[in-house]
Amino acid sequence: MIRRRLLTLVPTVLGVVTLVFAFVHLVPGDPVDVMLGETARPADRAALRAELGLDRPLWAQYTAYLGGVARGDLGRSIAYRRPVAELVASRLPATLELAGWSLVVALAIAVPVGVLAAVRRDTGFDRGSLVASLLGVSMPNFWLGPLLVLAFAVHLRWLPVSGRDGWSSVVLPAITLGTGLAAILARMLRAGLVEVLDAEYLRAARARGVGEAKVVWVHALRNGCLPVVTLLGLQLGSLFSGAVITEAVFAWPGVGTLLLRAIQGRDYPLVQGCVLVISLGYVLANLLADLVHRWLDPVQGVTDGK
Amino acid sequence: MSGAAVAARPAGGRAFTWAAAAVLAALVAGAVFAPVLSPAPFDRLDLVGTLEGPSARHPLGQDRLGRDVLAGILYGGRVSLTVGLAVVGVSLVAGTLVGFAAGYAGGWVDEVVMRVVDVLLAFPGILLAIALAGVLGPDLGNLILALSVLGWVGFARLVRGEVRSLRHREFVTAARVLGAGPARLAWRHILPGLAGPLAVQATFAVASTILAESSLSFLGLGPQDVPTWGGLLSQGVDYLLFAPHLALFPGLAIMATVLGINVLGDRLRDRLDPRSAGRGGAV
Repeated sequence: MIRRRLLTLVPTVLGVVTLVFAFVHLVPGDPVDVMLGETARPADRAALRAELGLDRPLWAQYTAYLGGVARGDLGRSIAYRRPVAELVASRLPATLELAGWSLVVALAIAVPVGVLAAVRRDTGFDRGSLVASLLGVSMPNFWLGPLLVLAFAVHLRWLPVSGRDGWSSVVLPAITLGTGLAAILARMLRAGLVEVLDAEYLRAARARGVGEAKVVWVHALRNGCLPVVTLLGLQLGSLFSGAVITEAVFAWPGVGTLLLRAIQGRDYPLVQGCVLVISLGYVLANLLADLVHRWLDPVQGVTDGK
Repeated sequence: MSGAAVAARPAGGRAFTWAAAAVLAALVAGAVFAPVLSPAPFDRLDLVGTLEGPSARHPLGQDRLGRDVLAGILYGGRVSLTVGLAVVGVSLVAGTLVGFAAGYAGGWVDEVVMRVVDVLLAFPGILLAIALAGVLGPDLGNLILALSVLGWVGFARLVRGEVRSLRHREFVTAARVLGAGPARLAWRHILPGLAGPLAVQATFAVASTILAESSLSFLGLGPQDVPTWGGLLSQGVDYLLFAPHLALFPGLAIMATVLGINVLGDRLRDRLDPRSAGRGGAV
């Protein structure tokens, strides 16, 4: 099963690399003109054209790009004059730190809220949490971020406005990025739990004298969170692309800000490298979510058929 | 069972739905009648009134060049609505066609379409749109194109799934035996049943497209010659300390619009498909 899942990754990854390769050829006009400006000296243009391999036939460019990616060579940045892989790698820890803490924030909000909403369904709490999650998914994080900065950094002066310096600087970006995910997860968790709370095995557990708290938090949660794990993998997409925007709001020195600077500077090899690394990271995260799902639910093949 | 019926009750009740609809109607009217409603043309500079807060003449204040913020928001709404409707329109048509072709033909056609879908979904969220808009250049048409590249996928998957499950149902087989071709089957027998789910999906798609458009505009990837909500907000962030109203109002416009459409989408879904209400998946 796991091997088959891994095999399905091959065409996907190949497709991602192909699409990213095509970026340079989607540039309207001549990418060399766009990058250097039309007043550049012919020698410089020829040099850049050769460096990017644009003077070779498309097929040769493509195979060279594929080969490079396979070896971990993502080309050279035009603006930084350094290997793209090295630049992206230097920014990756900051993005992972932001994404990791955002996930913590999301789960810390979503699990208690989702469980309480399911247990106390049809109460004020349940409906209130639904309204709150509608607000959460509709709130752009490039607005929530500045609002949090205004309140906690400018007025209260508890936390830094931006940058990455010490543990306190990750708090506001992580809350900004985590709340949208929390809103979605809380609703999914509630839905998953509502479906199992009346299940027979839980009634059996209650009849055996298992306390309600244990029934909910141990027995029900394990099954109720199954759909959540798979969807969590997919929802990480909003975390990954949201990280680009959140990094921009907080001047967080991650891959997202690197990508935006590359776009502004028309540094196409760097744009390609950033997009490729973020996307492949996302593909891996989804694979991981799948494997966790399998581990939580060994009889998946049986339950899927219902 | 009682739990299933619960989620069908609108969040916050009927008043909430009406409030959402009213706010949304006001924003749409504001965008449509922007030239009439604006206190001043958005491009009129007023270097005496730079960064001024709300006043009688400028209800939402003035930006760093003294331009009227309300006018910016009204005109910005035009961009958001245009992009939202254009992207969803293109995606709806393209996604339905592709989804139907894949589900109906099956075999290698289906295989190719699903592989393309897999590849597009391998780019997290709006990352592909960010990259495409960045590469193509900041412009309204490019923005619509960049968002449509991913937009059709959701519709295609919905239609494909439905077509595959209906393809061998008796009424479809009967119609085919009676000589109905693929186009007639699609138009007369399969799509009518899909109109509801497609309408729900399209409604949510308008909301997420407007959110994506604002994000791209915020990042400087939107049209540069007209005000956008994301662009206004991005400028406002630079003056957070001295003129918080510059970031406050555009953000409020984005959130009110997206929230309003999401609430209406929720209600539409509950009404058209009571089954989904039982899943409690409002969000």
